[in-house]
Amino acid sequence: MPDAAPTPLLDALQVRKTYPGVVALDGVDLTLVHGEVHALVGENGAGKSTLVKLLTGAARCDGGGMLLEGRRFAPGDTAAAQAAGVGAVYQEVNLVPNLTVAENLLLGFQPHRWGLVRRGEMNRQARALLVDFGLDLDVTRPLGTFSVAIRQLVAIARAVSLSTKVLVLDEPTASLDPGEVEALFAVVRKLAARGMGIVFISHFLDQIYAIADRATVLRNGRLVGTRTLAQTPRKELIAMMLGRELSEAAALPGSPAAMYEGAPAVRFRGMAPRGSSEPFDLDIHPGEVVGCAGLLGSGRTETALAMFGAEAGGGEAEVDGRAHRLRRPHDAIGLGFGFVPEDRKTDGIVGALSVRENIILALQARAGLRKRIRRREQDRIVADLIKALDIRTPDAEFPIEQLSGGNQQKALLARWLATNPRLLILDEPTRGIDVGAHAEILKLITRLRDQGMALYVISAELEELAALADRIVVMRDRSMIGVLPGPTSPDRIVEAIAAESAREAA
Amino acid sequence: MMGVVRGLRGATPQFLVLGLILLMDRLAAPGFFDISVRNGRLAGSLVDILNRGAPVGLLALGMAPVIATGGIDLSVGAVMAIAGAVMAVIVSHGGSWILGVACALAAGGACGFWNGALIAGLGIKPFVATLVLMVAGRGVAQLVTQGRIMTFAEPHLATLGGGAWLGLPVPTLILAAITVLAVLVVRSSPAGLFIEAVGGNRRASRLAGVEAGAVTLLVYVASGLAAAIAGIIVASDISGADANNAGLWFELDAILAVAVGGGSLAGGRFSLSRAVLGALAIQALKTGILLTGLPPEFNLLVMAGAIVLVLCLQSPALRPLAVRLGERRA
Repeated sequence: MPDAAPTPLLDALQVRKTYPGVVALDGVDLTLVHGEVHALVGENGAGKSTLVKLLTGAARCDGGGMLLEGRRFAPGDTAAAQAAGVGAVYQEVNLVPNLTVAENLLLGFQPHRWGLVRRGEMNRQARALLVDFGLDLDVTRPLGTFSVAIRQLVAIARAVSLSTKVLVLDEPTASLDPGEVEALFAVVRKLAARGMGIVFISHFLDQIYAIADRATVLRNGRLVGTRTLAQTPRKELIAMMLGRELSEAAALPGSPAAMYEGAPAVRFRGMAPRGSSEPFDLDIHPGEVVGCAGLLGSGRTETALAMFGAEAGGGEAEVDGRAHRLRRPHDAIGLGFGFVPEDRKTDGIVGALSVRENIILALQARAGLRKRIRRREQDRIVADLIKALDIRTPDAEFPIEQLSGGNQQKALLARWLATNPRLLILDEPTRGIDVGAHAEILKLITRLRDQGMALYVISAELEELAALADRIVVMRDRSMIGVLPGPTSPDRIVEAIAAESAREAA
Repeated sequence: MMGVVRGLRGATPQFLVLGLILLMDRLAAPGFFDISVRNGRLAGSLVDILNRGAPVGLLALGMAPVIATGGIDLSVGAVMAIAGAVMAVIVSHGGSWILGVACALAAGGACGFWNGALIAGLGIKPFVATLVLMVAGRGVAQLVTQGRIMTFAEPHLATLGGGAWLGLPVPTLILAAITVLAVLVVRSSPAGLFIEAVGGNRRASRLAGVEAGAVTLLVYVASGLAAAIAGIIVASDISGADANNAGLWFELDAILAVAVGGGSLAGGRFSLSRAVLGALAIQALKTGILLTGLPPEFNLLVMAGAIVLVLCLQSPALRPLAVRLGERRA
């Protein structure tokens, strides 16, 4: 346990960072003491990476300030932060795979004489650096020939050799197996014992509880709180992450799930998303909203990708009594599925094309190469949807990348509504859009359900899910661990996620 | 026809470049704009540019969609040689000219299919995949001609490569016809939308149901066909197939033509008619250099200089400067 030293190692006070149109961090405090492993947790968009950027000098704060051992700390770039003693290792190791281990460790600091690198001396120094980490490697082999875990440790060794006060580990365990995680933790504990402060970012709660002393929870760019983990039940931490103060009153008992007459719109059988441990079955009925809850990394997005045929996996979708394998999105679209992805920019819009072209794309792709939708028809469909969804754009030929996030999202919804889908899969449909558009999209989902569409909605907003969903699928560790009948309350969703976490940990 | 006109509406920079080059040509050679009628056909430098520029114009028609999908086709010069060789072998062995042309087209399409399959099917980077055929293609052409320069005497083909109709050179008419056809195909089918969507954001397009692989395959097949037509014209013009030199370095001219035509090498939007204008601008430059009587060793240098100038005019880095100059003038 860390002592509450009189001068903390690193102190961030009311730091604030804005990007055009977004407040990424709003008055966040973080105190790191000597010898502490401090976890930074929160969902996507909580502000973790922004805070890391400020700590490592990759970005500068717009408000507030930081103190390193009591002195003002405002690094202009990552090199300055390293020189002051703050280093970082990222999930994607920022080293050069085709250089040797020794070259990677000492890149930029190679011992040299007469302008030539002294290889023997360099290799000796590299070996000495690694001994500290209990690693005995052939430092003359290219780094790329070692496992990700070893590369991760080499990256840490390099960071520690450059910066000796604070080490930021950003999702270091994402691609490691349990044994490798343990080896990494041993190194982390050793560094903390030496008095270094470690900022540890992970979405694996088990690992956070295993390694960290305290955790700071961020949500939507704001500080939710800092807790000593030994005294904080998981349920409380999860509730903080998901933005839910646990109410004292017991949750309302859920009424029995609405009974659906007739055949489901789609029956998924034996779906096996990437990395899942067990396949799942799921029926979705016309006029039903099935919600999906789970923490970041629980496999909630992978489920959606598998249901849309976007990622190879087993399983089939049964529609109108006939089973179909989904090999590509084209197959799923042929069955009348639609998918609005979580990341609008990389997976949703084609930025350079117009609003019209983006909206018509899925309908035209389903019609195929030979059957062009006539321009007059396109204009009519697009004008109707722009009006119905109130998409704010100067005109239909405007480049979609210049619209606001909310209007891009509405255009993506319009893309699928144009195909009149039987099942619409929405991955975080309200993330990163303004309040007005947020409410409109929720209203639209309800309207579509009332019109008899089947919907599958993934969301980290529990109030939203509780209000919308007829049933909620709970995900953890890339598996579907339960189904909550609706209507339900946010507290019950948190309990479902946490209860299963606790069981796993026990 | 309407599509071509629509595509040209935004082509002011391309017309400017072409006009500038023609003006420079006029300064170098006083009789540059003269057009006379000789033996019932138009003659003069302008006509010559339209005639000589046809093969690169055809290549540019194929190259523009390829580049719009984020790819590149380095093999078009070699495919020209293969198509020419196939036609020459068939015609010189007594086959009809129609059979020769058909087989040359089939060979070009097959080459494009090979490129497309490597890229869309096996996921090989377009630069590397088409480099294979760029190098190996000349070998294939030599195998077809058995290492000789194969000549033929066929009146229909002579007309195709060097004849005139209504006073205009036949290659020019072929280029015009294929341009109109290509614009029709691309803009009145969803192909244009799919190509631009795949080039703009391949992942998002796939998630919207666009079969990105099929689109990729098709643009390379089309590029192979366009190269075959160019190869047929060049071989017909000289009544023979030269496996080593037919279409040599033409792929670079075609890529430049697309760049001058305003196509982004990163993929996305494209315009066929502007790419053809780009090809004509390059030919105007080449013809101009010949007319000045500069020693041939200067050709490439002047070309390079002019192209750097053109690309500077379109560079995003220099755009603020251009805007500022424009404002000062206003």
